[in-house]
Amino acid sequence: MNVVLSLKYFLPELILTGFALAVLILGLFVKRRAVLGVFCLLGILSAISFMPQSYRATAPLFSNMLINDSFSEFFKEITLLVMGLVILISMGYKAFSDEDAGEYYFLLMAVAVTMMIAVSSNNLMMIYIALEAVSLISYILVAFLKRDNLSSEAGLKYFLFGALATGVMLYGISFIYGLFGTTDLAAISRTLTAGNANIFAATIALILILAGLSFKCALVPFHMWVPDAYQGAPTPITAFISAGPKAIGFAILIRIFLKNFFPLFPNWSELVSVIAIITMTAGNILAINQENIKRMLGYSSIAQAGYILIGFVVGTALGIQGVMFYLLAYVLMNLGAFGCVVLVSNIIKNDYIEEYSGLSKREPALAFLLTMFLLSLAGIPPLAGFFGKFLVFAAAIQSKYYILAIAGVANSVLALYYYVKVVKFMYLDEPRTSAEGRDRPRVMIAEPKKHGFISVEAGAVKLALIIALAGILIIGLFPAPFLSWISLSLL
Amino acid sequence: MPFPLLTSIIFLPLLGGVLILFTPKDKTGLMKSIATAATGLALVLAVILVVKFSCGDTEMQFVERLPWIPQMNINYHLGVDGISIGLVFLTALLGFFACVGSYGIKERQKEYYFLYLLLNTGMLGTFLALDLFLFYVFWEIVLVPMYFLIGIWGGPRKEYAAIKFFIYTLAGSVFMLLSILALYFTSDPHTFSMLELAKSGNTLAKSFQIILFVGFYLGFAIKVPVFPFHTWLPDAHVEAPTPISVLLAGVLLKMGGYGFFRISFPILKDAAIYFALPFAILGAINIVYGAFVAMAQTDFKKMVAYSSVSHMGFVMLGLASMTVTGFNGALMQMFNHGVITGGMFLLVGVLYDRAHTRDLNKFGGLGSKMPVYSGILIVFTLASLGLPGLSGFISEFMSLMGGFAAFKLITIISVLGIIITAGYFLYMVQRVLLGPLNPVWFNIGDINKREIFTLVPLMIVIIAIGVYPLIILNYQSPAIANLIRHIGGALF
Repeated sequence: MNVVLSLKYFLPELILTGFALAVLILGLFVKRRAVLGVFCLLGILSAISFMPQSYRATAPLFSNMLINDSFSEFFKEITLLVMGLVILISMGYKAFSDEDAGEYYFLLMAVAVTMMIAVSSNNLMMIYIALEAVSLISYILVAFLKRDNLSSEAGLKYFLFGALATGVMLYGISFIYGLFGTTDLAAISRTLTAGNANIFAATIALILILAGLSFKCALVPFHMWVPDAYQGAPTPITAFISAGPKAIGFAILIRIFLKNFFPLFPNWSELVSVIAIITMTAGNILAINQENIKRMLGYSSIAQAGYILIGFVVGTALGIQGVMFYLLAYVLMNLGAFGCVVLVSNIIKNDYIEEYSGLSKREPALAFLLTMFLLSLAGIPPLAGFFGKFLVFAAAIQSKYYILAIAGVANSVLALYYYVKVVKFMYLDEPRTSAEGRDRPRVMIAEPKKHGFISVEAGAVKLALIIALAGILIIGLFPAPFLSWISLSLL
Repeated sequence: MPFPLLTSIIFLPLLGGVLILFTPKDKTGLMKSIATAATGLALVLAVILVVKFSCGDTEMQFVERLPWIPQMNINYHLGVDGISIGLVFLTALLGFFACVGSYGIKERQKEYYFLYLLLNTGMLGTFLALDLFLFYVFWEIVLVPMYFLIGIWGGPRKEYAAIKFFIYTLAGSVFMLLSILALYFTSDPHTFSMLELAKSGNTLAKSFQIILFVGFYLGFAIKVPVFPFHTWLPDAHVEAPTPISVLLAGVLLKMGGYGFFRISFPILKDAAIYFALPFAILGAINIVYGAFVAMAQTDFKKMVAYSSVSHMGFVMLGLASMTVTGFNGALMQMFNHGVITGGMFLLVGVLYDRAHTRDLNKFGGLGSKMPVYSGILIVFTLASLGLPGLSGFISEFMSLMGGFAAFKLITIISVLGIIITAGYFLYMVQRVLLGPLNPVWFNIGDINKREIFTLVPLMIVIIAIGVYPLIILNYQSPAIANLIRHIGGALF
């Protein structure tokens, strides 16, 4: 399809781009993050309303560079959901100064556009470019607290690891181009299915591509950046990188590996199942002893990626449904958990788990919300996280991947310990007196100016939390409509 | 559409819990009333269920079935038969009286009653679910409130006990989940229905059944608990507040036993027959080992906790026998143990509330100061040690009779457990009630009316079943006979 005809499928991205540029300019005049945040939310909402719901048909766009299919639509919707929640959470994060708000929201809107392009890319070069764009913006966002050393360090680490991983991926893509003479996924798929390809070399190239995507999804051994980046980044951005790029990474993994390179499935599945087991086990074991909740949630998100990978390795329709359902649940519960961390850090000024002692007495609603998100992450029914786990384990059992299933459930038990540890501090322990508390504020807190809209900002985070909680409850109790939606969005 | 009786029984407590969440924090009296009303109504409905239940019918009754997740053939499927009705009644009964027994809780009452009611919903749902997915959801829901109830309102080592309970039982149940999934994918058409699977499960290869059986076993045996998975139990029981100990011993342990009756044995019958001998051996170990360990305890509550391990051994032995008598004994033992041990924990709580210690060696001569308490305690003690005329005797005798037919030597060893049980219970009575009065307790008060109110109904049940066991056998025998016919055990 040519450029002009493609545009009508590209409306949400165009709208977001427009709003992104507008917020950059608006930010020069309006120094209120609540106002800018609401403006961005308008952008997100209008993009959602222009999602091409009606044309479920597959349409190649921009000379086959992008493709509009139900699968990409699903992930675009996930992207918009993530961005909406992250914008809401950002509005209530006290460590930002209002001065930079315009720039900050511009970057968030821009990364949303790149993510939407990434999930609909149908060409390896396009995927690479879109992923690089997502990464570059993420680096800036992680290092956004310019005066905070941890934040700058986190940004640099994230950048170095990212540069390495995407470099390896580009190397893999160059091999693919050498072997197939094209980077167009559909063309590659045709050659592979016809059987005239060097399988061995193609597998090597594919594994190099896997490296780049492993970085995005935070799979072992490309997970080392996670704890430092998660800890150092402003918490709303931690929430974002734990959810957004990971969902995108899995979408692209499925598109490349299961859709277009499926003939090579037997060559890489064993390797990836080993990666899955190592990823979840390492994530869980390392999470147990963390003292900082952001680091703990960082390791936990590594482990969660391991569970999601089970559905990917199985590769059946049920497996892919499991991945998609799990991701939907995961973004809600992880963003919810980080949203709670934002609100708690506004009160206790740091992120140490010990400082959560007695939170249920000081902030009962907040403690309850965080407990629900953690229990959902732990996979306790009837919350959404449970049904996600249920689906990926079901997929593993269906395809007789018993070891993966056993590793998955054993890890769920292991993970319960550290999730419940936070709950223990909040509910079972008494609040500390301030004298006992550790006096190590993480950043200089820029106290918001006293104007009438303060409650709007705290209210925004609460709104995000309520949306997330309602999401995990509804999805967990009544998964049927969501399963239908997902099965319509399969590749 | 008929009145959804089972749904009402399950969700009335939760409805009460939600109401309590919206009650102002300082209105603790109102919270107690709501909780009592919710559990009381559930009990009334359970009584209606028992009255309306048709005993001779072996089919599921009061069935409710609604599609829940049609893509995976998961249904909201409830029903009750002779196997579950006793346990449903037991849960509603203990749920109500333990709620009345909770009035002594003074801290964080809003959270307490909410979690308590959520726990009740989970337990009732577990016994009424006929869909494995639904069963698993209820089974897991029980864990969360239990963790908090032990962890917040428990004794000095509450945090350790609570997390140990949580992780231990979750570890068991996730393997059960894998077995559930394997059953689902091997059935054709794929189903989670326990009734469908009971028909089709025996077509599975024996070796495969054995693997699935082990998965379920891990879930159920940890709950029962069967040696060597029993170590969470003394910790959890001792640290839990009194009403929660009552439900732990009275109901939670039965969830494991119920799982064997409802899932493992009917669905995987070849494996069940294959594992009969290990079941009998483990049962005997539970009985004898539990009794010996109980004898060594100086903490009253811990002693009762280990006596539970011992008594649940009879359930295992009865199950192993593969006879109608043994099964009847095992199922009845679950009911009787629930009532008797529930009462025992209430009695321990009565003493602890007054003395603030549970050390058996620090008491003595309380019989003269607390005559009513002493009388009630002796009734429960005698029921617990299996005195004829009280309910415990009937079920233990039937389990042993069934067991003797199948495993003579193991049953003979198990009988020794009864002697040891008599030993430690009488030794406890001697140390607490008899002998010279320890002057520390000169001013100790007798049991009060509220506490008597919680105990007397349990005593009536104990005596009634002990004198006329048919009131319970009439309900369960037809279903048990049907189950044995299905498995192919001995019909006597």
